[in-house]
Amino acid sequence: MSEAIRIKVFEIIAEQAVLDVSDISPEQTLEDLGIDSMGLVESIFAIEEAFDIQIPFNANDPRQGGFDISTVATIVEAVSKLVAGQAQ
Amino acid sequence: MKRVVITGAGTINALGGDVSSTFEAMAEGRCGISQLEFRDVDRLSISIGGQVHGWDAETTFNRQQIALYDRFTQFALVAAKQAVAQSGLVFTGELAARSGVILGNSGGGMNTLDDNYRSVYEDGKNRVHPFVVPKLMNNAAASHVSMTYNLKGPSFTVSTACASSNHAMGQAFYMIRSGMATCMLSGGSEAMLCFGGVKAWEGLRVMSKDACRPFSADRNGMVQGEGAAVFVFEEYEHARARGAEILAEVVGFAMTSDASDIVMPSKQGAARAIAGAIQDAGLGPDNVAYINAHGTGTAANDKTECAAISDVFGAGADQLLISSTKSMHGHLIGGTGAVELLACIMALKDGVIAPTIGYREPDPECALDVVPNEAREADVEVCLSNAFAFGGLNAVIALRRV
Repeated sequence: MSEAIRIKVFEIIAEQAVLDVSDISPEQTLEDLGIDSMGLVESIFAIEEAFDIQIPFNANDPRQGGFDISTVATIVEAVSKLVAGQAQ
Repeated sequence: MKRVVITGAGTINALGGDVSSTFEAMAEGRCGISQLEFRDVDRLSISIGGQVHGWDAETTFNRQQIALYDRFTQFALVAAKQAVAQSGLVFTGELAARSGVILGNSGGGMNTLDDNYRSVYEDGKNRVHPFVVPKLMNNAAASHVSMTYNLKGPSFTVSTACASSNHAMGQAFYMIRSGMATCMLSGGSEAMLCFGGVKAWEGLRVMSKDACRPFSADRNGMVQGEGAAVFVFEEYEHARARGAEILAEVVGFAMTSDASDIVMPSKQGAARAIAGAIQDAGLGPDNVAYINAHGTGTAANDKTECAAISDVFGAGADQLLISSTKSMHGHLIGGTGAVELLACIMALKDGVIAPTIGYREPDPECALDVVPNEAREADVEVCLSNAFAFGGLNAVIALRRV
């Protein structure tokens, strides 16, 4: 996993949560960080814009589409996969 | 207080170009949702909608009219023409002065906006057609209906997103009931199916890519539609004196605000509107046999709406029939309550309950009789039509058979 991706995703999540990047840890859930469903949709949008990727995400069923949003770490991992997939 | 009845109805939507073809499609449980067809549709990730295909404005309107009529105005005029023709009314003199038009609409002339933004931003042109503003303004449809039928009383447009039409019809109802007006044309129209209109909705991540399946456990979002429905609301004694055919009586209306969240619905706000409409009609929950649900097919709306209905009706909720016709014509946003009122009229007049199509799997959070997939015969004396808008604005209408 590229460190640059991790840093950028942390920055985006920190901004949504109105926290410092240093306050974000990988095992936290978005709920832990106080990010609600609208904050989640905004985070997804910000990530798509930052990496120029398409995230398969439907707010009606966030678990569908294979983009794992369980924790900060799974989001970083899922973004890394999408970025890698795009490079191929 | 005056009684208010409906003496004319007209529509154009994805299911049909008039009321009888729409009733037929609803009774058959036909789906009007299909592949969208318009410029740049390949750049959208959502490519389905309840679109009015094959609409040719030039066969209905002349060149000067088309220069002034956005698609949402065209739809409103088509629906109004049918409604006025059915009512048999001609608006002159005192009747014209005491009659108006209140329509619901959310997006205004979105096709006009889209086309002209393209022109100035994408094509770099520095000049637009002189009628862009009067064509795209949200009140254009109501104004053109007033001019076409000589309606000189209270006329305006209501814009409360997905509840626009219900709020509009509620105002029309109040005005006749209070004695302020004799006849009101009311309903709503919407024509948001263009690149910008669908792209904006895509952003919210609540749209389905395959179908609108309200109340089904596997539902995955809403599907947009377009079109219009317009009704003639008339003071009961006036209608009776001229021997008009009465389609239904409007008996109650209530509106509430959640005052909580800009997109997430509230059970309490919805329940207060439902209970309020029943109370305004002077009825009790036991009198209601059918509810045309807001039923958008999103995870959030459908479970909240079912919980609200259960709160109001208690154990009686199990006897209710509830259906969402959005599964067939899509979500017409500002026009949706108007097209959905047709399903209520069909239930009262013909005893046919339009189904919720696309239903595949029961959801324990929507454990009510949602009339899945096939229309049903039922004797309906009183029904409700729900509309719950983004912004937490709720509006519920009650109709009774006459």
